[in-house]
Amino acid sequence: MLTRRFFVAGTGAALLLPPLPALALTANGASQLVNSLVGDINTVIASGKGENAMFRDFERIFARYSDTSYIAAYAMGVDGRRASNGQKRAFSKAFQGYISRKYGKRFREFIGARLEVNDVREVKNWYEVRTTAFLRGESPFTVTFHVSDRSGQPLFFNMFIEGINLLLTERTEVGALLDRNSGDIDAMISALSRSG
Amino acid sequence: MLALVLLTGLAACGGGAPGAVSDAGIFDPYETQNRKVHAFNRGLDRALVRPAAIGYSSVLPDEIEDSIGHFASNLGEPSVAINSLLQGDLRGAGLSTVRFLTNSTLGIFGLADVAAEFKLPEHDTDFGETLHVWGVGEGAYLELPVLGPSTTRDTTGMVVDLFTNPLSYVIDEPERYYGTGAGVASGLSTRGRFTDTVDSILYESADSYAQARLIYLQNRRFELGADDPGTDIDPFALDTEGF
Repeated sequence: MLTRRFFVAGTGAALLLPPLPALALTANGASQLVNSLVGDINTVIASGKGENAMFRDFERIFARYSDTSYIAAYAMGVDGRRASNGQKRAFSKAFQGYISRKYGKRFREFIGARLEVNDVREVKNWYEVRTTAFLRGESPFTVTFHVSDRSGQPLFFNMFIEGINLLLTERTEVGALLDRNSGDIDAMISALSRSG
Repeated sequence: MLALVLLTGLAACGGGAPGAVSDAGIFDPYETQNRKVHAFNRGLDRALVRPAAIGYSSVLPDEIEDSIGHFASNLGEPSVAINSLLQGDLRGAGLSTVRFLTNSTLGIFGLADVAAEFKLPEHDTDFGETLHVWGVGEGAYLELPVLGPSTTRDTTGMVVDLFTNPLSYVIDEPERYYGTGAGVASGLSTRGRFTDTVDSILYESADSYAQARLIYLQNRRFELGADDPGTDIDPFALDTEGF
């Protein structure tokens, strides 16, 4: 993902940090990943940049901490089987931008908020990191991350906000976009790159 | 009563054709009917609820909005206590009883949540949860007019909860309507405070019905500590080649 924009965009918080080490995943590693993710998100929020600059930073954070190819493949679901490699690549790219815009908008509500890691447990072949989000003027709520080293390094592949599951939510969205475009993958990709 | 009328209506018109349960655990045999209700709710929100909520939230100072919310939820505490008892949750029953007594007195009729300052956390439950604890399954997904997403079990719970609150037998008219009014107001307040979230589901998603359904079911299962097939997605069980 070393595109020109990556270099040009400059002072994004994610850029200043060393690359994540590729080690076998431990509970500690999973919770470190989440802590570091939260730290980066907070840095972006505190930067006070314009909305579009923030979206670009969030996109980099998303690419750095999450298993983007898994999340994109899951969101496309069975329709991924009939997609060409070019379509898969285009979809992944559009999807990352869409996620950053959609969740980036929400992060405005996170100004002055903090996320605390409560516990980490091993579930089958991944780790579940449970955190509590404290937002100003709201009751604290639970945000859970599922972390795996499927790709060779620890990355989160699913996130739950009060039980609401990112993978299923986005598969529903992509499925609906496909339905709306009569199953045309290219049309869905172009709609996705405009939404969020 | 609206809900009761509705249930009867649904029972009458729904053939209850056995629909399939999806991998996300969604059972929605009344989808056609539900989608019509959703279109109605969405129209109602756009024309009335959303503007009213935004107006309400922007006109009233936050403190007053919070007070009205506290007042409404305080009136619900006796019902929470009874449902906690029915669930065998003595801690919850005690908590809501103490909260009710504290907030009704020190909190001046429940206008302030003093109990929270005494580290008595809010505890919420309803007869839908009682049914869950008793082993009743979630049932079919339902979208109710005005009230929004629900299930057959939770709708039954809502109808029963019209009778589980001892206050409704003690308080006479017109005072009884203060509670109803405060309930509606605190609903508006929630809609106003979460404008962006609700808008993104209702107006920015490609299929707002499917999103609202998924979000409601998952959040409700999370609240109840019920099994959700969606929580067990195996990261190794998918071909990600090319993505």
